[in-house]
Amino acid sequence: MTTADQVQAAYAAHRRARIGQTALIVAAMVVATLISANLGEVDLVRLWERSDRLFNYFGRMVPTLGWETLGADLAGWYRRGGVWLRELGVTFLIAFYATFFGMAFAVLGAFVAARPLAPAPWACWGMRRVFEFARTVPELVFAVLFVFSFGIGPLAGVLAIGLHSMGALGKLFSEVAENTDPDPIRGVRATGASWPQIMRYGALPQVAPAFLSYGLLRFEINVRAASVLGFVGAGGIGQELYTAIKSFAYTDISAIAIMLIVSVALIDMVSERLRHRIIGAASLRATA
Amino acid sequence: MTRIAAARAAVPGAFHDRDWRWYARLGGAAVLIVLFVAGLAVLGFTPERLSRGMARLGQVFGMMMPPASGGQAWTYIKAIAETVAMAFIGTLVASIVAIPLGFLGAKNTMPLGPLRFITRRGFDVVRGLDSLIWAILFVSVIGLGPFAGILAIAVNDAGVLAKLYAEAIENADADQNKGVRATGAGRLQVMRYSILPQVLPVFLSNTLYFFESNVRSATILGVVGAGGIGLYLMDRIMINAWPQVAFIIILILITVAVIDAISYRIRKRLI
Repeated sequence: MTTADQVQAAYAAHRRARIGQTALIVAAMVVATLISANLGEVDLVRLWERSDRLFNYFGRMVPTLGWETLGADLAGWYRRGGVWLRELGVTFLIAFYATFFGMAFAVLGAFVAARPLAPAPWACWGMRRVFEFARTVPELVFAVLFVFSFGIGPLAGVLAIGLHSMGALGKLFSEVAENTDPDPIRGVRATGASWPQIMRYGALPQVAPAFLSYGLLRFEINVRAASVLGFVGAGGIGQELYTAIKSFAYTDISAIAIMLIVSVALIDMVSERLRHRIIGAASLRATA
Repeated sequence: MTRIAAARAAVPGAFHDRDWRWYARLGGAAVLIVLFVAGLAVLGFTPERLSRGMARLGQVFGMMMPPASGGQAWTYIKAIAETVAMAFIGTLVASIVAIPLGFLGAKNTMPLGPLRFITRRGFDVVRGLDSLIWAILFVSVIGLGPFAGILAIAVNDAGVLAKLYAEAIENADADQNKGVRATGAGRLQVMRYSILPQVLPVFLSNTLYFFESNVRSATILGVVGAGGIGLYLMDRIMINAWPQVAFIIILILITVAVIDAISYRIRKRLI
């Protein structure tokens, strides 16, 4: 047997193993898909039958706009524009305050939940469980519970998204905090600083840019989340959208949807710029 | 004494002299605080509402204890299975549809600027609406049930994943593409033999990550009638069956934790 033959044989064996493995994965995926399709009541026939209804539905959302009557048509399309604009403003406010409070509590908790920085192991363990709970329960579940307790309105929405944000950011923040350089922390500790002082002057300056950047990203996510809070009575534009969809006010649906899509895209764009600037500044500082 | 005076002259800022900048900053902070409080007032934050709500929330938690299935454990477990199935199919369809869309939206594989622009704006439209909005739209068209939820997840995630895929494709190593092209490969062959192998691990790990997050979002699609455990959760809250609400929430927590753990393992092996 020549070396070339050995290589050939080894290659063939490797290939057979790869094909076998791939076939196994594909078979598992197919079985999982079939089970899921059954559980999820996937009905392609119904989808096909309803496809004209689907196009009809989205077609009716297009408002009739004439060239000569463009101004009046637009005004008719957005006749409730003032209300929607106000509700959109409330939606942003909800997202802002939820991000703010979520971030504030996540920063406070992150240093406790970061293993090398924690003041005590039990506190670290407890803080981690709190964050886990807060981020696993979906915002809308919190929102429903809070609407029940605090009454209908944006207050419940802020608390719900804020609590969820605290959990999600707390996990990210504590991971960032675990990767801090221990030298500055030791340095501050050597001056006789207390634990809060060590965190404030040794750890916080190191992690602040990453925290801010994650916070901005969370704000983008929270604007989307706040847009549907109104479905369960927790404030914002969602209430108007829900009513429009439920009463088949097709052009209202598209009007609100366009407002949402444009504002979400704008916020994403601005926030992305800001994030790049923050991270850019941070990496500059790190190399300097 | 003279040295301190000299230092004060050299770096006045270090001695905390209250110059106009200090007052300007103080004024700015005051304006911000006023705006902050005004915004809270607009949203209906009042101390008595907060304290009353907290008391009521405490009562609700009290009523939840101890969690109980109310003899319907099997119904809830089936609903959870339905939720996971919705997330699975929705993510699967989205990730497959997103691959060609991703290639259409990437600069290096889609040379036609206007077409790329339209594709990208299409992603934005789909992404801009939360999956719950898609769910309620599909419920209006298709009818109540998990199928509407699956379509909502698939449509929403196709937009998000396509955007991520397009970015991954744009970040693919150009030298490898050149190497494959040098062998005489055409455009499609470059995509297949150079770009795809580079981006596939990114695609897969993103898809798994989305599966995790979709299990979470699928749990609430039932709120608008799009199937899954959310329907029961809303219903039990409406009829004040609090021990069962707690049972369902715990069931969701366990499911999400299990899915996260499995997906984390697979993702670690992929990368």
